[in-house]
Amino acid sequence: MNQIMQTAETGPSTDSAKAAGGEAYNFAYLDEQTKRMIRRALLKALAIPGYQVPFASREMPMPYGWGTGGVQVTAACLLPDDCLKVIDQGADDTTNAVSIRRFFQRTAGVQTTEVTGEATLIQTRHRIPETELVARQILVYQVPIPEPLRFLEPRETETRKMHALEEYGLMHVKLYEDISQHGHIATAYSYPVKVEGRYVMDPSPIPKFDNPKMHGSSAIQLFGAGREQRIYAIPPYTRVHSLDFDDYPFEPMRADQTCALCGAEDSYLDEVIMDDKGTRMFVCSDTDYCGGRLEAGHEGQQGDAT
Amino acid sequence: MTDILRVNGLSKSYGNQIGCADVCFDVYPGEVLGIVGESGSGKTTLLRCLAGHLEADSGSVEFVLRDGVRRDTLTMDEAERRQLGRTDWAFVHQNPRDGLRMAISAGGNIGERLMAIGDRHYGNIRATATSWLERVEIDPARIDDRPSTFSGGMQQRLQIARNLVTAPRLVFMDEPTGGLDVSVQARLLDLLRGLVAELGIAVIIVTHDLAVVRMLADRMMVMRRGQVVESGLADQVLDDPSHEYTQLLVSSALQV
Repeated sequence: MNQIMQTAETGPSTDSAKAAGGEAYNFAYLDEQTKRMIRRALLKALAIPGYQVPFASREMPMPYGWGTGGVQVTAACLLPDDCLKVIDQGADDTTNAVSIRRFFQRTAGVQTTEVTGEATLIQTRHRIPETELVARQILVYQVPIPEPLRFLEPRETETRKMHALEEYGLMHVKLYEDISQHGHIATAYSYPVKVEGRYVMDPSPIPKFDNPKMHGSSAIQLFGAGREQRIYAIPPYTRVHSLDFDDYPFEPMRADQTCALCGAEDSYLDEVIMDDKGTRMFVCSDTDYCGGRLEAGHEGQQGDAT
Repeated sequence: MTDILRVNGLSKSYGNQIGCADVCFDVYPGEVLGIVGESGSGKTTLLRCLAGHLEADSGSVEFVLRDGVRRDTLTMDEAERRQLGRTDWAFVHQNPRDGLRMAISAGGNIGERLMAIGDRHYGNIRATATSWLERVEIDPARIDDRPSTFSGGMQQRLQIARNLVTAPRLVFMDEPTGGLDVSVQARLLDLLRGLVAELGIAVIIVTHDLAVVRMLADRMMVMRRGQVVESGLADQVLDDPSHEYTQLLVSSALQV
């Protein structure tokens, strides 16, 4: 939080920014006024955990849906001596992650890393790293649809009122529908949470396996939705409760397998189809976590497949 | 017995157009009050003002809460009024599509009010929903079907179940038998009469159909151009109308 407060007051030195970028861009692409506007929204979001703060989202040099919200939040938080990590579905080497990482390398000249523990700022799409985050880190989520009630109540005026008056019965109607149709709560991602006993929040499309990691985390968690022009946040050490029923408690879900490469039994797994005969393998979705385990000498059933 | 709702000098205008003007009446627990009048007479405006869907210009609507405190619902803050709207009050729309969530199963529709007031036990919610489906004569096997697969009469009965599940003390109904054919209407009225008598709820029912009033209402009010022109016991007003407009209404009703 200190980091944001500090940047909100002073902003990074533009001299070093120019030196770092070396081009006509301001440090981290956005101009200082825009960053200040976003930081104000961030401070407000941190002060009211889970509340969606409107902000004047800018056009970014990438299409909506590529993480324009997350990129703007990252740009507003970035300091010249930050170390940035970008992940997409847990992986550091997918298109989205690579482009955003390169974007900030070019416009901010900051250090980048793939190691969760080294990073001070992590921008993520749809995953929380397996390695536990610590107090000096900021996690920035890319959010497609910030309104958890969107598909239940299409009127934005009405959902805003429902948040204001804490009318969240409708959210349980969705979970009720899940149980009545599937016999269990089938919502597997974007699983709604209640933050600090007040606001119901969409945690962006992370798998519900990651939901417990948000609870009481030491890191700052920031959520940016570019197209929808909303920012919300979970300050450190905040209660985050996944909604459920008394007789159908929340259960994080993962494939009942071990990672084929590193043998991890506790990580979230991706299912990879290997051929047309339906052969499949399960591997850690967090590439950094998997790589770290391989280096440490762990091995799965297909450890030599790579 | 004391009244549950006391309406005093309620007025609402749309610019120069009068919606309803200076309406006064009381409603007692367990009583059905019918409001009749032709289209545009202001009866729906009145109902929507009472239920807090529209903001009235002047007057007061005093409601006696469960703890016996009498409160003016027009000056209540919105949070309290909406709280009332999902506990002690219920609103049955003319078109069931306005009152139901069409994309959510029948069970979910009934359970919504329960979950809204904090019920968090799936088994209990489902059991309550099943029993209410039975009460409104819908096959409980259809609990997981969406209302869009129901007939008009079933949708209307489902809407009633959804509203009555939290045992409201006052129900507003806006032409509940509006779009239904006569035999379905008769069954619905029969069902409503049974439920109202059984649960002892007060009902304010707006309709243009005098037969509905004859069958359900204890007392009635006749409205014309936003004014109440006559009120009294339903049978008395229907059998011996004194105001010329009521006489016209009663004589216009088709006798089969």
